[in-house]
Order: sequence, then C-alpha cells, then structure tokens
Amino acid sequence: MTELQTPMAAEAAKNKKQPGKGETGAGPAAGTSKTPKMTSRDVNVHYGTAHALRGISLDVGVNEVTALIGPSGCGKSTYLRCLNRMNDVIEGCRIQGEVKLDDFDIYDPSLDVVQLRARVGMVFQKPNPFPKSIYDNVAYGPRIHGVANTKDELEEVVVNSLQRAGLWDEVKDRLSLPGTGLSGGQQQRLCIARAIAVSPEVILMDEPCSALDPIATAKIEELIDELRANYTIVIVTHNMQQAARVSQRTAFFHLGEMVEAGETEALFTNPKDQRTLGYITGRYG
Amino acid sequence: MSSTANTADVGMRRPDLSAQRLRKRYAAERRFRLYGVIAVVTAIGMLAVLLGSIVQNGYSAFWQTQMKLTVTPTAEQIGLEGQPTPENLRDTNFRPVVYEALFQLFPEVTGEQARRQLRGFVSGAAARDIREQVIENPSLLGTSFDVWVKTDDKIDMLHKGYVDRALPPDRRLLDTEFIQWHDQLDARGRVEAFFNTTFFTGTDSREPEQAGILAATVGSFLTLFVTLLLSFPIAVLAAVYLEEFAPKNKATDLIEVNINNLAAVPSIVYGLLGLAVVINFFGFPRSSPLVGGIVLSLMTLPTIIISARSALRAVPPSIREAALGVGASRIQTVTHHVLPLSLPGILTGTIIGMAQALGETAPLLMVGMVAFIVEVPTSVTDPSTVLPVQVFLWSTSPERAFIEKTSAAIMVLLAFLIAMNATAVLLRKQFERRW
Repeated sequence: MTELQTPMAAEAAKNKKQPGKGETGAGPAAGTSKTPKMTSRDVNVHYGTAHALRGISLDVGVNEVTALIGPSGCGKSTYLRCLNRMNDVIEGCRIQGEVKLDDFDIYDPSLDVVQLRARVGMVFQKPNPFPKSIYDNVAYGPRIHGVANTKDELEEVVVNSLQRAGLWDEVKDRLSLPGTGLSGGQQQRLCIARAIAVSPEVILMDEPCSALDPIATAKIEELIDELRANYTIVIVTHNMQQAARVSQRTAFFHLGEMVEAGETEALFTNPKDQRTLGYITGRYG
Repeated sequence: MSSTANTADVGMRRPDLSAQRLRKRYAAERRFRLYGVIAVVTAIGMLAVLLGSIVQNGYSAFWQTQMKLTVTPTAEQIGLEGQPTPENLRDTNFRPVVYEALFQLFPEVTGEQARRQLRGFVSGAAARDIREQVIENPSLLGTSFDVWVKTDDKIDMLHKGYVDRALPPDRRLLDTEFIQWHDQLDARGRVEAFFNTTFFTGTDSREPEQAGILAATVGSFLTLFVTLLLSFPIAVLAAVYLEEFAPKNKATDLIEVNINNLAAVPSIVYGLLGLAVVINFFGFPRSSPLVGGIVLSLMTLPTIIISARSALRAVPPSIREAALGVGASRIQTVTHHVLPLSLPGILTGTIIGMAQALGETAPLLMVGMVAFIVEVPTSVTDPSTVLPVQVFLWSTSPERAFIEKTSAAIMVLLAFLIAMNATAVLLRKQFERRW
C-alpha cells in the first residue's frame, strides 16, 4: 500500500493541470473549501425511521466540480437532493442541520423554494425531457421564471442554452420535434440545456451518465468540464474514473457518513481512510 | 467403483426430458388455450343473442305503415272561419275530411257501427298531418289531392306481419274486417311502409304510431350535461388533490376507502338521497334534468375520481422531478405537465362514467323522471324523462306496437353508448403515451 497506482489516480493527476478558479483548501477529512459556494454543516436526514445521512459537513467550491462517490445507498443522492430541497416532496423525509448558499440558509422558512431551484438547477439520472418539443423543453424554465420578456429574447436564451449544452448543431433543424425523440445522450444534454436556461449558479447532477453509452458519456463529461467556467457543479457518480476525470474535489460517502473529502487527486492517490482506499481500489462497492 | 456411480445417480436428480412429459405439457397448453377460446366464444355468443333479439324485435319500428287517402278538404267541412290564414287554419278540425276520404275508399261499408269501426283504421294523427300540409299550402283547400297518412298501430302490426291470421277471430288482436280492408287497400297499392321519422321527431304518446324518442333524447342530453358539468371538475380536483398534494395518512386512507365504496353503492340509493335532499330539502323541481344530473353526478363521481387518480399515477415521477428541478412550483408542475399528460386517461374515465350515467334508470325513477313527457324539455328545470326510462315506460305498455318501439329505443341508446365508448377508446389510442 505504499504506492497506489490506480487508473483513477492517473486521471486525477492529469486533471490537476487545469484547476478551477477556486482555490481549494484541504481540511483533513472535513470537506471545507476556501471559496465555498454552498456550505453544509452537520446535515442529518431521516426517511421515516431510517437515518439516511449522518452529520454531513461539506463545502462546494465555486466554479469547480465536486464529485460525490460511494457505494449504492450511501446517501450521496440524498445529500445532493438536500442542496436544492428536492427532498421536500418525499413523504416522511426530515432534514436537520444547516445548508447555505452564499451565506443564505436555504432551509430558512422565509425562503421560496422555487427561487432556490432556479438558482440551484438539477439534472437527473435518467434523461427526463418533457414530452414537448425541444424548444419548449428549454424554454419552459425561462417562461415560468420570466427570464425573457419577448419572443426574441426567449429564443436567444434557448439557442444560447442549447449551444452551451453542445446540442445546438444536432437539433437546430428540428427544434419543434419532441424532445423524447432524441437519443439518450442527446436527451441528457437537452436536460442540461433546460437546467442552464434559467441561469442557475449551481448545477446538481445525479449520475447523469449512468444510462448512457461511453461515447455519449464522453460528450457529457466534456460538457461538464466546459460548464465549470460559469457554474458550480456537484455530480454524483458510481463511476470512479469519471469522478477522477471531471472533478476537482471528491467526497466519499459510506453508510450515510461522509468518510473523506478533498482534492480529487489527493483522494485517489493518497486516501486517508481505510474505507476510501478499499472502495477506490475496488475491494467493495 | 460401482458404488460411487450409484451415489452419483442418487445424489444428482436429472430433469425428466422424456417425450411423454413433453406431450403432457403440450396437452396442458392446448387445453388451457381451448378453455380461453370457449370463454370468449361464450361471451360473444351471449352478446350476439342479446343484440340479435333486440335488433330483431326493434328494426321494424323504424318503418311505419301509411295509407294513401284522396282528400278534398273544404272550408265548411273543417269549420274554417274567415280567410285561410295559418292562425285561422290552426283552429280547424280535419277529422271529417279524413273520415270522408276513408268512407269513399270503402263505399260498401255502411251503417253507423261499421263506419265507426272503419274510422279506427287510420291514426289519430292523420287529421293533424293533413292540416299541417294545408297550413303550409292554403291553396290546397277546396281541391282534391292524394296524401299518405299513418294507419293505426293495429294495421301497422298487421302490415308488418305481427298478426297471426290463422288464429280464430276472438283470439286475434284484430277483427276480421280490418284484415279484409287492409288486404283490399294493399291490392290497390294504397298501403305502404315508409321510414318512420316520427320515431325520431316525436315525443311520448299513448298511440304507438305517434310515439317518438325526441323528448327522452333531449332529456338525456340535458341530464348528462348537468352531470358532466358537476362531476368532471369536482372529480378532477379531488383526484389531483388526493394524488398530488394530500399527505398520506389515516384520513386520506379513509377517504380513499370511502370513494371506492361509493363506486359500489347501488344506484337506487343515490336516487333516494336525491329525493330526500335535493327535492325535499332544497326544493329543486322534481322530474327535472337538474335533479337527475345532480343524482347521476353523485353516482359518477367515484368512477371518475378513481380513473383520474390512476391516470395521474401513470405519469412518471421523473416528469414531476424535471419540472420541480427547473423551479416550477407544485401547482405549475401539476397544471403544466402532470394534468395535460394524464388528461386522455381522465377523459376516458369520464366518458365511461358518462356512458354509465346515460344508461342509468333506477335513481331517476326515484326523482320523478319516470314521467309521461309530451313536450321536448328546453331547460334543465323542465320536466323530462331520459332514454332508459322511456324504454322502461314503453316496455310496460300493453300495445303490441310498443314492443318494437321499446327495442328500437334500446337500439338508439346502445348506439349512443357505443359511440361514447368508441370515443373513449380512440382518445386512449390517440393520446396514450408510453414511457
């Protein structure tokens, strides 16, 4: 165990050459960041009687990609959904602790959850475009939030979002066709375009590539890397190579606890916790 | 050595792949398929018998026997006073004209008794029909012209072959004279069956040849209109609330159980409820489509709520998440996405509920819609009846001619039901979405 040479470590090392704007500080096991966009302190989540998250304290650095890894059922998706209060709609879900977006408590009763979700967008595991046209899919968010006042403005937002999602060239001739008719990878990029159309500050991605083939996955990963310049991204993934490729910081979750968090390269090459080591070397998971 | 081979045989059970076993399995499969075919054939056979008997009994009601009379109406005969304006003509009586023409056809019939019998040959509507013709064209007055008028329902039955001529006169529906007169006229080409428009344009009548379903059809539409207006919004709102917003707890469980129970309550109970509450307590006009519609909506509400809830449940949660994820509120999520996607299912359930309501009789009997209606209702507070109640009323009438009217009314009712259910199927086919 002296020298760890996993493929992930190699990827992570490559990744370091292009670090994000955010300088990442290295708190030991705690995931603090010097330039946090979102901070959470001692977050506990219960589903009925099940204790799904135990005292998570993690920062999400601005303009970087934070990857959440861990075995199934470890709570990484639950944590992700805490960040834009998507857990609110789940029956019997209780959340304790503090989650802040730019020093503003997102669980403050005075906060409008709709406005929060406009600032913290989300992309889901399975591509879920609305059964509407490609254009309407992207235009929906701007419409309900009043982002654009005129048709031309709206069109500009839609085109811009599709371009940024790298989908424009593929769909520019068929904007009025249903979004559900696209391929899986295109659908997922459409969902990303839909999310960025409302100009969020943070984008949460819940295993965005798990339903896609390797080529589509590669495109999404490229896209994530480009989006990092303008957005703060949190991505949940089962794929450790992916975490190593796209993220600057990684947090490892296990059985509802955050075991370890830190710079991706450091976490993959030199994990501090035995459980992290076991997971990234494929001993369990 | 042999002992180890034996233990292997005993310890390892191998599948029995013999041909005999295979044959057995095939036989079982064939048997099962046969049972299924028998069940389907039985069901179709029963349906065919039902529909066949209705059509066989009822198709003749769409024809009406008419006779050709040569009439010469004069002003004095019909009791016209003043100019032959439509207003003045409306007060006239064309009966003498009809009888005169009839007596001329049978000059051999003399004597008060025989002539009175002969008068029963034509329908009471004949005089009115001729009057309408003269009102439209007053120049006919004083001239001689041919006109086809309805015969009495007895003659109608005879002409359609429902009277058994072999029976002795005292057990026959019809006196021998009528048969002779009919045969004479038939030979002279003066009796013929025409398409029965009265059946569609007429209202209820004691005389079968004048009875029609218009009032009942309009009553049915008005009642269904009230039912739809009341039950659709209430049911959809209830379903959306229960499915999308209500917390899952004991109270909502109780509500769910009760809704399912209500769907199974005998419909006559709703009729009693309507009588006690809507008519006696609130004082709504009895026999009206308004009350009928209220009662029927009570009955259809559970059906629509249940189907709407299952349609809402069929919308995948990923769509809700997608909408919430881009910052739609819960109301926006429902109204922009979930409801439009589930609408075909909701409409299908609604149409099926409406079809159920269209065929419902028992609760309407309780609220007084079992009435003899000769006026076409024009509003939801007018006394009226509905198609199935009209069927019920005619089926209890003694005249032979009402048997075919009953079956014909059932055919019309079935046509409406089939049309509604076909619409439901089409809607489902057209808009059904698979995820």
